[in-house]
Amino acid sequence: MMDFFAQLFGSYWPEVSLTAWTLIKIVAIVAPLMGAIAYLTLAERKVIGFMQVRIGPNRVGYFGLLQPIADGLKLFTKEIIIPSASNKFLFLLGPVLAIAPAFAAWAVVPFDLNMVLADIDAALLYILAMTSVGVYGVIIAGWASNSKYAFLGSLRSAAQIVSYEIAMGFALVGVLMAAGSLNLGKIVMAQQGGFWQWYWLPLLPLFLVYFISAVAETNRAPFDVAEGESEIVAGFHVEYSGMAFAVFFLAEYANIILVCMLAALMFLGGWLSPVPFLPDSFLWLLAKVAFLIFFFLWFRATFPRYRYDQIMRLGWKVFIPITLVWIIVIGAMMQTPWAHLFH
Amino acid sequence: MLNKIKSVLSSLMLVELLKGMALTGRYFFARKITVQYPEERTPMSPRFRGLHALRRYPNGEERCIACKLCEAVCPAMAITIESEQREDNTRRTTRYDIDLTKCIFCGMCEESCPVDSIVETRIFDYHGEKRGDLLYTKVMLLEVGDKYEQQIAADRAEDAKFR
Repeated sequence: MMDFFAQLFGSYWPEVSLTAWTLIKIVAIVAPLMGAIAYLTLAERKVIGFMQVRIGPNRVGYFGLLQPIADGLKLFTKEIIIPSASNKFLFLLGPVLAIAPAFAAWAVVPFDLNMVLADIDAALLYILAMTSVGVYGVIIAGWASNSKYAFLGSLRSAAQIVSYEIAMGFALVGVLMAAGSLNLGKIVMAQQGGFWQWYWLPLLPLFLVYFISAVAETNRAPFDVAEGESEIVAGFHVEYSGMAFAVFFLAEYANIILVCMLAALMFLGGWLSPVPFLPDSFLWLLAKVAFLIFFFLWFRATFPRYRYDQIMRLGWKVFIPITLVWIIVIGAMMQTPWAHLFH
Repeated sequence: MLNKIKSVLSSLMLVELLKGMALTGRYFFARKITVQYPEERTPMSPRFRGLHALRRYPNGEERCIACKLCEAVCPAMAITIESEQREDNTRRTTRYDIDLTKCIFCGMCEESCPVDSIVETRIFDYHGEKRGDLLYTKVMLLEVGDKYEQQIAADRAEDAKFR
């Protein structure tokens, strides 16, 4: 079989096989990710339902397990309405720009030791860049819709994401000071030694700031002013329907899984086992990510939406000072005999 | 001053947020109160005001004597009645329509009826599939009455002592 292909492509075979192999790896990441996104929507409805003393969807399949498929089918068959006064090109570009970075960022995410699509040293920078590009999808969608609600939503979202990106970036500075690397795999390996060696403990303030900023960054409740259904209908995606809307939906959930994955890698020791007598495994990473995602759903079921000025106050006047102070603390501590606590 | 420091500290420790999350966290495990509607139903009063019905006497004679009190009292003007004298010299309706899209289910027709002819039953899960399906004519109303007479009579009997 392989020989046949090798003969077919002749001297191009090394390049062709590399491309094919990479494509297979991409599918192996994206396909389970899509499944996870689909079932995250169900998990969200179930968890929020449970917290509201309801039982959530349970009609389509056992325990509503086919609900995401039914939702997907519905969205597939619906018409995509393009407002006549909108900028058609940008209107269609918006969803693409929202979802592409959300998936592209997964290229550098390690799932286990050496199990990573692109093992690059600037992984953390790459991810920060990708998550920042995601906001353009929202801004462009809001502007191109030519609707005041969509426009307000995208303005809010832009301001919010820019503000929280700074706090998030500073929180990550603390991580890379402790780990001494921007490579996610190396950051995880720097946390070896069990539950109490993971960075969540020495970097606790940064962990909290990162996690809360991540909620804001993904435009999730209680920071969902970009959608703000009680004020601006649905925010930036009011004018979207059918699959165009579904793509925004997918991007939001892909981003949630991504930021939880990053939090698990950087603060909760990635695939490392919390106890010495169990082996390190990919399953630990999955469990940690699921645990963090549960908090996203829990937040949404608990907290009312922040007012816009409160969001700005929290981001600029609370989070950024905290991260700055803690970075200085880390830097100072590293010069003292207790430096090992931060490594 | 001390209070201020206290409040800053407690907000930094996320005290109130954690309290809120503890509350929703407790409810996560609480017994769910959802009623699985088509399979389970909530208890219903005998006075429930649902779909209308016209009743008959046990001998098969329709109760309605076309006094038109219900038509007069209906605040939504959903009832239309026409009547004439029958061969045995009694007055009966020739037309008795209730437009259920107008009806507000106040129950005043039932209350005004001197012969307990027009009643509201416990049926609430009916539907119309095209325009006009919810305009109930005399025939349809009598049919409903014939079909659910047992339930209707039982409900009236239970409520009789309060009338």
